[in-house]
Amino acid sequence: MKLRRLGWTLLTLIVLGAAAAGTIVAMNLRGEDPLPTQAEAFAATPQLIERGRYLALAGNCAGCHTTRGGQPYAGGLPLETPFGTIFSSNLTPDGKSGIGSWSSAHFWRAMHNGRSKDGRLLYPAFPYPNFTQVTREDSDAIYAYLRSLPPAPEPNRAHLLRFPYDTQAALAVWRALSFKPEPFVANAGKPAEWNRGAYLVNGLGHCIACHGSRNSLGATETRLGLSGGLIAVENWYAPSLNDPHEAGVAGWPAADVVSLLKSGVAPRGSVMGPMADVVFRSTQYLSDADLTAMASYLKDLPDAPKPEAAAIAKVPIRRDAATMTRGAKIYDQRCAYCHGDQGQGAVGAYPPLAGNRAVNMARPTNLIQVVAHGGFLPSTPGNPRPYGMPPFGQTLDAAEVAAVLTYVRGSWGNDSAPVTQLDTMRR
Amino acid sequence: MKLRIRFAAIGLMLFATQGMAGAATPATVPDTIEQRAAACIACHGREGATTNAGYFPRLAGKPAGYLFNQLVSFRDGRRFNSDMAYMVQHLSDAYLREMAEYFSGLQLPYPPIATTSDATPEQLQRGRQLVHEGDAARGVPACVQCHGAALTGVQPAIPGLLGLPRLYVSSQLGAWLTSERHALPPDCMADIGRRMTTADINAVASWLAVQPMPADTKPAASLPAPLPVNCGGMPKSK
Repeated sequence: MKLRRLGWTLLTLIVLGAAAAGTIVAMNLRGEDPLPTQAEAFAATPQLIERGRYLALAGNCAGCHTTRGGQPYAGGLPLETPFGTIFSSNLTPDGKSGIGSWSSAHFWRAMHNGRSKDGRLLYPAFPYPNFTQVTREDSDAIYAYLRSLPPAPEPNRAHLLRFPYDTQAALAVWRALSFKPEPFVANAGKPAEWNRGAYLVNGLGHCIACHGSRNSLGATETRLGLSGGLIAVENWYAPSLNDPHEAGVAGWPAADVVSLLKSGVAPRGSVMGPMADVVFRSTQYLSDADLTAMASYLKDLPDAPKPEAAAIAKVPIRRDAATMTRGAKIYDQRCAYCHGDQGQGAVGAYPPLAGNRAVNMARPTNLIQVVAHGGFLPSTPGNPRPYGMPPFGQTLDAAEVAAVLTYVRGSWGNDSAPVTQLDTMRR
Repeated sequence: MKLRIRFAAIGLMLFATQGMAGAATPATVPDTIEQRAAACIACHGREGATTNAGYFPRLAGKPAGYLFNQLVSFRDGRRFNSDMAYMVQHLSDAYLREMAEYFSGLQLPYPPIATTSDATPEQLQRGRQLVHEGDAARGVPACVQCHGAALTGVQPAIPGLLGLPRLYVSSQLGAWLTSERHALPPDCMADIGRRMTTADINAVASWLAVQPMPADTKPAASLPAPLPVNCGGMPKSK
């Protein structure tokens, strides 16, 4: 009797397990077109290749698929993630390592469904949750362009992921929970320009990969949109694109948004850190029409939810007088030469710190990075010879960085929370 | 009267603008390469002329081709210094060349060079020997064969070796030895560096660091003889 009950329980578990596995497999196969059984005739015209070159720039494919100084699109760049290291793949038409043996249908399946030629599920460090919106025509153009590149023999490197993230089964579960192949659907109530912008921002541009938040499984939270996110491991905060206190551009003229993406500078802001990389490798090459379309979409993003009334009730910020004095001294010695003794900056060269929203964001993450690493704005045709900031990581210790930033965030009308030593050590 | 009202109105407008901005009026800075490259001063010293006491190498007066090759190498992953790579990662060839030419063109006096060293006389002697004679048995050419008889470098792309911090020279030779530093192929210094030993490196760096600057600190226009090895950074010798 007892044995029989155990048997039934086991059977039920097996059936349930098989059903769950079947569901996960089915969910991983949804939206997949069968591959053509016969070799396709793919005609790559020069126009198609040129269009693909442009689209590959819009998607910043080379940003991940090229090592520093390496052959473009030959892959091999390590991408640090909270789950381990992923190495980008070789996209050149090499027969063995690259996509030389891929058909345009294979390429489309990778872009739209996140599945490699050999059937393996791809890790979403390759942002196919966004690229799934890319049209077949655009996918074919990028394919044509990549096939026109000189083949590079660089072999693909195996990812270094921790268990269980290194298994296809875990990836299948992740995909069942977090990914659905979906084409871009135009919003009929919006102009064509807005829709083009939405397509570029949410599809190829994959802006949400940084400007969105991720859940504990590393999936971007689509429902939260472009409301800002901490870039894991790199430790830069990609500010919210729909919050006027962060990087929202609703109140900017569209031309300023275009200027920021094309030249890296605009009257009320400039790009730094990972966004400087995006401008340098991607957006500076986009047409004014496409950038204007992106601006039109970004300006129209729904407002960030207003903070609770309790949070608005202003609690006066308290600053330690000794820290402020120390910060002021460091500021006068290191910063005032360029940023001015009143944080007023210098026209076209050094950004003002007074009233600068990048200075006053709730998270001081980026400020700490900028002080430590300095840097130049990207060289672009609109700003070919940028002014620069030195790295202070070698000369200022954690307490000094905290003090000078506390001073900057609490002077000349700025009224933002002090920066602690702990903040400077967060990774 | 009218004039006074107009002045008052201008005064009010100015106040309103300032009130809106909530800050002092932004300054204007010179549109010069000197100002644009001011970020380099924090480490390399005012106008690129550090003392040889610390780590950071002097930039002033080095051959422009050499400086340009190094900037590009930091950008493109042939040299690894995280601060330098970060600074130049998004800069164009044209701009890097302009920076290189700016620092190359600076003719500034050298600060006093240390005359004492904690290296032993034997080490200094070995260093002098490597610099002037090399080590034929191990295929190490003398430094002077490429870096010039006066060791002040050679146009357009071979750097001078004097007036540099000992720590910098030894860490660069160490980086050649361990394949951490690269140059455009053929990577001549990598070949030479791999043939050196850590003791050789210490000897060379110690000796170079205590050499006085010659009266003429400028890089030589050319070498009397062809380079003993082919170097990617230099135009092909005929």
